Amino acid sequence: MTTALRLLFLAATLAVPWHPAVAQDGAAIQRGEYLARAGDCIACHTQPGGKPFAGGRAMLTPFGTLFSPNITPDAETGMGKYTAQSFYTMMHTGRSPDGGLLYPAMPFGSYTKVTRTDSDAIFAYMKSIPPIREASKPHDLRFPYNNRSLILGWRTLYFQEGEFQPDRTKSEPWNRGAYLVQGLGHCAMCHSAINALGGSSESKAFQGGLIPMQNWYAPSLTSNKEAGLGEWSVDEIGSLLRAGVSPRGAVYGPMAEVVYDSLQHMSDADTQAMSIYLKSLGEGTPPDPASANLPVAESSLLMRLGQTVYTGQCASCHGAQGSGMPPHYPPLAGNPSIQMESAVNPIRMVLNGGYPPGTAGNPMPHGMPPFAQSLSDDEIAAVVTYVRLSWGNRGSAISAHQANVLRAAPLD
Amino acid sequence: MIVCGALTLLSARPTPAQTTTPQTLEQAPDTMAARVLACAPCHGATGEGTQNAAFPRLSGKPAGYLYNQLVAFRDGRRRYAPMSYLLGYLPDPTLRAMAEYYAAQHPPVPAPVVPIVSAELLALGQSLAQHGDGARGVPACSTCHGPAYTGMEPGIPGLIGLQPSYISAQLGGWRYGTRTAAAPDCMQMVAGHLTETDVTAVAAWLATVPAVAGSAPSPAGSNPMPLACGSEPP
Repeated sequence: MTTALRLLFLAATLAVPWHPAVAQDGAAIQRGEYLARAGDCIACHTQPGGKPFAGGRAMLTPFGTLFSPNITPDAETGMGKYTAQSFYTMMHTGRSPDGGLLYPAMPFGSYTKVTRTDSDAIFAYMKSIPPIREASKPHDLRFPYNNRSLILGWRTLYFQEGEFQPDRTKSEPWNRGAYLVQGLGHCAMCHSAINALGGSSESKAFQGGLIPMQNWYAPSLTSNKEAGLGEWSVDEIGSLLRAGVSPRGAVYGPMAEVVYDSLQHMSDADTQAMSIYLKSLGEGTPPDPASANLPVAESSLLMRLGQTVYTGQCASCHGAQGSGMPPHYPPLAGNPSIQMESAVNPIRMVLNGGYPPGTAGNPMPHGMPPFAQSLSDDEIAAVVTYVRLSWGNRGSAISAHQANVLRAAPLD
Repeated sequence: MIVCGALTLLSARPTPAQTTTPQTLEQAPDTMAARVLACAPCHGATGEGTQNAAFPRLSGKPAGYLYNQLVAFRDGRRRYAPMSYLLGYLPDPTLRAMAEYYAAQHPPVPAPVVPIVSAELLALGQSLAQHGDGARGVPACSTCHGPAYTGMEPGIPGLIGLQPSYISAQLGGWRYGTRTAAAPDCMQMVAGHLTETDVTAVAAWLATVPAVAGSAPSPAGSNPMPLACGSEPP
């Protein structure tokens, strides 16, 4: 086939009569922008109030502070010298073009599942954004973590390279959802327990965990005792992902950021697919009863004080029976996120309050007031215990000490 | 769609959809007053302020000023972690609506504070507020904030109904860079010319100023500006 003929053929198949190569680029860039949203690159690679993708966001880790690099196409300080191949290699293997090993704060353990086509589209988009000359800040890691060769050991333990392999026994949307959740969505980064080495094994994926340094608990997506998504409808999960609120609960803290920056921009088909997959993760694990861990006398004292606080401060929105006024005032009765073994989230909600993200689906959110300044540690322990143990909820009591330590949790 | 979902699944132990109707469901009020309840513990339900000096009165300040502050907290140009946390993922139109809500509230202004500083310091504060100090390039507060210190649309806040420690903390914030405004940041320049004593004095005196009837910000352009201010376009 001559070049002219080939072009003609290409033009016909794409139904784009003019400059097929350029149009293809345009389409790839657009798709890449969408996929970069799905990967939420902007969240880590942008400082608050800073230029998009110019990096510099401080990421506190138990090992020291990492600063996200500039990923704009600037040749000196950004990704200007990357090629589609070296970008794919970086995403797929966690190695930079010079062969250097990336710190696993970059979720290459998830991005390794991204297809070459999608990686190329993201790269095309990243090349299309304005270059910004801004040198990346050096990391500030403590000895011995400042030795990059340690990453080699980490990789041996925790990194499994390989693109997503669809499960042919499952539906197409299920596989699409799995691809997005496991790959670009990098949900496992927070929703898996992280051990002292900052790693989590594949077998523990999505089992929930305390997010280090941020002190929020990312609930297990595989257990109905925690996020309980197996018992939600696909539409309810979809609403939570798209709008940030749902009849079952709303997102706050780090998940509010994910919805704001990433998930609200996804197509309905993709959030639906993710919901189908997430629901399947949680199915088949019946919630089991937790037991109170305080002596009855003490817990009944807590419950009495808790009821007083609840009636005065909470019941006007969440209802005397904890039914809430969904979606804006989440239900507390039967809400698994209140009853999880980790009480970090309900304690922090009482201390810090919070707004769900403002999204197209919920542009004017209702917010929960903070009570850190008006309730004592005892009152906070009491009211959190009360909501964890009332209306059929089966959480455990919490202590004033637990409330007190979370007063120091970082807010940014 | 969310509303539909709410109908079918009010509680976590859902009742069959057909047994519930939209009329029987209690919904969160669709008002800004309900949406800003999260602000009420510190700022009061209508933004009237509370006894705690750290949390300023918001009511009746120009909407443009309040909006600028909300954006600054969200984007880190003004630093106070609990505010940045609450506003982190709220888009501009939401912040605008919050600002407009408080700008439209006019609860009574609290009685002026009885000063706890010396008469000499109070006199210095009054002199700076009313006349400035031309030799040091310090304009009078009243030049921009108005003769009754009620502010000016769209970007200059009223200064009455605030406690001395709040005012001095803001002037300190400008001097140390934890509070910044759109460039040119005129208040940073003004605060940079003030000494610690000036700050204490002017904050103490402003808190003694009684509210005038109405106490609304004056219209845009009504007070001549001695400095270019990014928040108050000419």
